[in-house]
Amino acid sequence: MSRAMLSISRLNLWLGGAAALALAVVVILGANPFAQDPFTVDLALRLGKPSMQHWFGTDEFGRDILARTAHGALISSGIALSTVLLATAVGGAIGVVAGFLRGWADRAWMILIDALLAFPGILLALALVAVFGASRWGIIGALTLAYIPIVARVVRGATLSLREKEFIEAARVSGDDAVTIMLRHVVPNLAGPVLVLMTSMFGWVLLSESALSFLGVGISPPAPTWGNMLAAARPHLDVAPHLAIVPGLCITAAVLAVNLLGDALRDYLDPRSRL
Amino acid sequence: MNMTPSALEISGLSIASSDKLLVKGVNLAVKPREILALAGESGSGKSMTARAVVSLLPPGVRRLSGSIRLGGDDLTAMADADLRKVRGKRVGMVLQEPLSSLNPAMRIGDQLVEALLWHEKLSRREARQRAIAMLERVRIDDAEALLRAYPHEFSGGMRQRIMLASVFLLKPELIIADEPTTALDALAQREVLDLMVELGRDSGAAVLLITHNLALANRYADSLAVMNNGDIVESGQARAVLAAPAQPYTRKLVEAVPRRSEAAVPAPRADGDPLLSVRGLSVEYPARGGASVAAKRALDDVSFDAWKGEFIGVVGGSGSGKTTLGRAIMGLVSPSSGSVRFVGEPLSMPRSPAFRARTQMIFQDPYSSLDPRRKLVDAVADPLRHEADLSAAERRDRANALLEKVGLGGFGERLPHQLSGGQRQRVAIARALVREPDLVVADEPTSALDMTIQAQILVLLQTLQAERGFTCLFISHDLAAIEQVASRALVMDGGRVVETGDAGMIFAHPAHQFTRALVEASPRF
Repeated sequence: MSRAMLSISRLNLWLGGAAALALAVVVILGANPFAQDPFTVDLALRLGKPSMQHWFGTDEFGRDILARTAHGALISSGIALSTVLLATAVGGAIGVVAGFLRGWADRAWMILIDALLAFPGILLALALVAVFGASRWGIIGALTLAYIPIVARVVRGATLSLREKEFIEAARVSGDDAVTIMLRHVVPNLAGPVLVLMTSMFGWVLLSESALSFLGVGISPPAPTWGNMLAAARPHLDVAPHLAIVPGLCITAAVLAVNLLGDALRDYLDPRSRL
Repeated sequence: MNMTPSALEISGLSIASSDKLLVKGVNLAVKPREILALAGESGSGKSMTARAVVSLLPPGVRRLSGSIRLGGDDLTAMADADLRKVRGKRVGMVLQEPLSSLNPAMRIGDQLVEALLWHEKLSRREARQRAIAMLERVRIDDAEALLRAYPHEFSGGMRQRIMLASVFLLKPELIIADEPTTALDALAQREVLDLMVELGRDSGAAVLLITHNLALANRYADSLAVMNNGDIVESGQARAVLAAPAQPYTRKLVEAVPRRSEAAVPAPRADGDPLLSVRGLSVEYPARGGASVAAKRALDDVSFDAWKGEFIGVVGGSGSGKTTLGRAIMGLVSPSSGSVRFVGEPLSMPRSPAFRARTQMIFQDPYSSLDPRRKLVDAVADPLRHEADLSAAERRDRANALLEKVGLGGFGERLPHQLSGGQRQRVAIARALVREPDLVVADEPTSALDMTIQAQILVLLQTLQAERGFTCLFISHDLAAIEQVASRALVMDGGRVVETGDAGMIFAHPAHQFTRALVEASPRF
């Protein structure tokens, strides 16, 4: 690997680390036992500007934005992480099996996946939330179903090209069955593309969760998420822009951190990077 | 020496990457109408030298010093904009892989015409006329129809001829051909190179032929320069140098060219029951685009027997069905008819574990035949998992012992990307032999390797085969390699076995016309 690429990988690590650290600081400041309570309403302090007592200001009910952002971080990233892991596990399994076995299994799965892909993801999630209900697990379930087709498509494509490699045939010739080959040779070699997909997906899911909240079908108040904080900030944008800026910046930082760290992790896991 | 001015003159050329000197003060000159072969192994700097001529060095690699003169103009002093007018127009490039040097999304005609319009003031109609004339010149029938076709519609040899047409269309002073026929079989190779020589002579262009194949240099080049580690170690009149190499390195290269050896394994007596018995084996690939198109018959009614300890060469051009034969025997493709028997037992699909335990395969491309994430010792030990009574430690010990046997002792903990192509192929051989199989199918195991490495792998395979007595089905398009290692040969064309018998006899006195053409097309000393 050339020096230029190494330094880009290093830069990813630094920038991603910095963004993650900034978020961690926000969470620690806002969610520790000595900080403000995210649910305490103080109507005298509606839409308060940042002050010594409320560092990021207060929202339309006078609740502390720092505390709400920190609690929102835990809920939002928890939803995003669970969704990404679940969608990757299920979609990945479908993709590997369909791509490796080909034949009727592949056809059947892909018809189903294509049908799901035909709906815009957010529309699908909206419909599913209506079914599952707007609880935390309802939202995770809806978003997972919406993202499974994307993972399955990408993994199937990568598997299709892997299965033609001669080392797969070598394993077959030495008597390995399909399950062994998939677990031993296909899955580890998918790590690179899947990791990139997972990190991008983390960002998309965060935004989808925000969008759902924004549309009013997300986690319901008073529990804070970055999405419903953004949604709540909309009517007050002209007088209290910090209501939107703080969760907005957090979403940006989280997406950036996960993507950059994901790239760094992919480079680290690439066997060619170790000499 | 006569005083014709050189078409290309390189003097004192040095090229370096960030940490290594790749080319060290090379001097070269090619006259018009002359073919200079620049020979050497991978990493010798021959391609870098050629790329420097058109200022197309890969990123991170730069020219340190030296001058490159094309018909008197110093290319190293030229601005980028002027260089673009030199590339294609005055210097034509023919590259190894014709499928990637032609744009797959553009019709052939548009690609040819575009280049002409870019470099010359012509109307579209005139450019089209010139393109058609040129295609007819490279003996392509129905050039009109071809202009409307896309590159994927042609075979490798045909694409390379189209490439030649597009290069010579601009009447360049210099042609740089970088391993132009390495991806082609012997027959297509001959066709393409004969054509290149002819076009070069007619147009008066100088040709710089980059190759690792000395037999090719011997056949086609006027002069030869041998490169090693960035230095030209020997140069002169091609046939004179190759007949009597003065430098030890050149001698080593010449010795690595495979040739018929009397030491080839004597054919074991064909008595008793055959180990492998193939009868009427046919394989059809279903046609794409519905039932109206006939299925492609890749293997057509092939029958032969192989006895224990035999080294059988299967030789043929691309598309002859030789690879399909190996894959059908191993059960990687389903036959449409016919049967395969192994130690008398008929084989079914999928192949039984008992068959897998006694047969193995070595693949062509050492870069894709090893799992990039598995250590070498694990890669070699993997097949042993099917031996029930071995512990993990015993498997590793056996893998390490075999790695040592193939000359890679102490390499067990490394990953494939840390190895050269030849080393990887040694690992693949170790993996194939770890369960001590009775039958090994080797599908073009040396065709992706340098000449000297090829020779080493052939010798290794031969030695191991003699020692362990397995039957080897050695598939290759390289007649010389087959002649060197095989005792018996099957010659394949169009999915059929057209000739079979003792390898030495067949190639000395070919009976079938295809065998004759193949023998004639294979360059040799």
